[in-house]
Amino acid sequence: MDNLTQTLQAVPLNHYIWLSAIIFTIGVIGVLTRRNAIVIFMSVELMLNAVNLLLTAFSVHHNDPSGQVFVFFIMALAAAEVAVGLSIIVMVYRNTQSIDINVLNRLKW
Amino acid sequence: MGTSVFYFVATLSIIFSLMVIFSKNPIHSVLYLILTFFTFTVHYVLLNAQFLAVVNFIVYMGAIMVLFLFVLMLLNLNKENEPNKSSLVKILGVIAGGCLIVTLVGSLKAVSINTPLVLQNPNLGLVKNLGKELFGPFMLPFELSSILLLTAMVGAVLLTKKEEKANG
Repeated sequence: MDNLTQTLQAVPLNHYIWLSAIIFTIGVIGVLTRRNAIVIFMSVELMLNAVNLLLTAFSVHHNDPSGQVFVFFIMALAAAEVAVGLSIIVMVYRNTQSIDINVLNRLKW
Repeated sequence: MGTSVFYFVATLSIIFSLMVIFSKNPIHSVLYLILTFFTFTVHYVLLNAQFLAVVNFIVYMGAIMVLFLFVLMLLNLNKENEPNKSSLVKILGVIAGGCLIVTLVGSLKAVSINTPLVLQNPNLGLVKNLGKELFGPFMLPFELSSILLLTAMVGAVLLTKKEEKANG
């Protein structure tokens, strides 16, 4: 394990930031272009994970464990968010027989 | 070997996350999302954040993905009957995402942090180190997150419970 991490230290920090930016953008595109509410939730999970990876990379870069503690809190928050969100989706499906988010467009005003 | 493992895994995570948002069947989306999370676990191992790797494996790939699959199967949504958004909205969404990535990359070019990532302290991501941090300065947020999880559990049960007919 030590040997593996020793050889991988030459990756520039820039490339971690680019990877996280690309995956975050993919999540944004997913939220904007899909209509299935569950797929939209999964895109939100993708965005949260991109931020997690970036926090971990910066925590290693600055040699500060606080960043990894923040990632742990984000994971707890994501679990809570998914539980409540999916139960809301179940409620919506029970009332409208569909999880198309356009059914909910009256929530806009 | 060098840094090629990082680039290989990064390519895989980008490909799988693209498959998540472009596959028609929601079940396939969930399965590709599990693969994406697995590549993230590999990234954590490469950064020597072993605690986060294990937690990511258990919490995301275990708990959250089972929840997604469970809801999809429960609602019987494993078919490709999603009504399509108009292609105008799709193109506009992709253009908006493209603008976001161009802005991010452009601002990063301006800053240009090209220092390689050096792991100064190999014990940084181990359970012992993180536990000291978690139960030291982060004690209060840690306890508050347990209240958050309890609240979410009560809320989820309350929302999905079938309402009894209150007034006849």
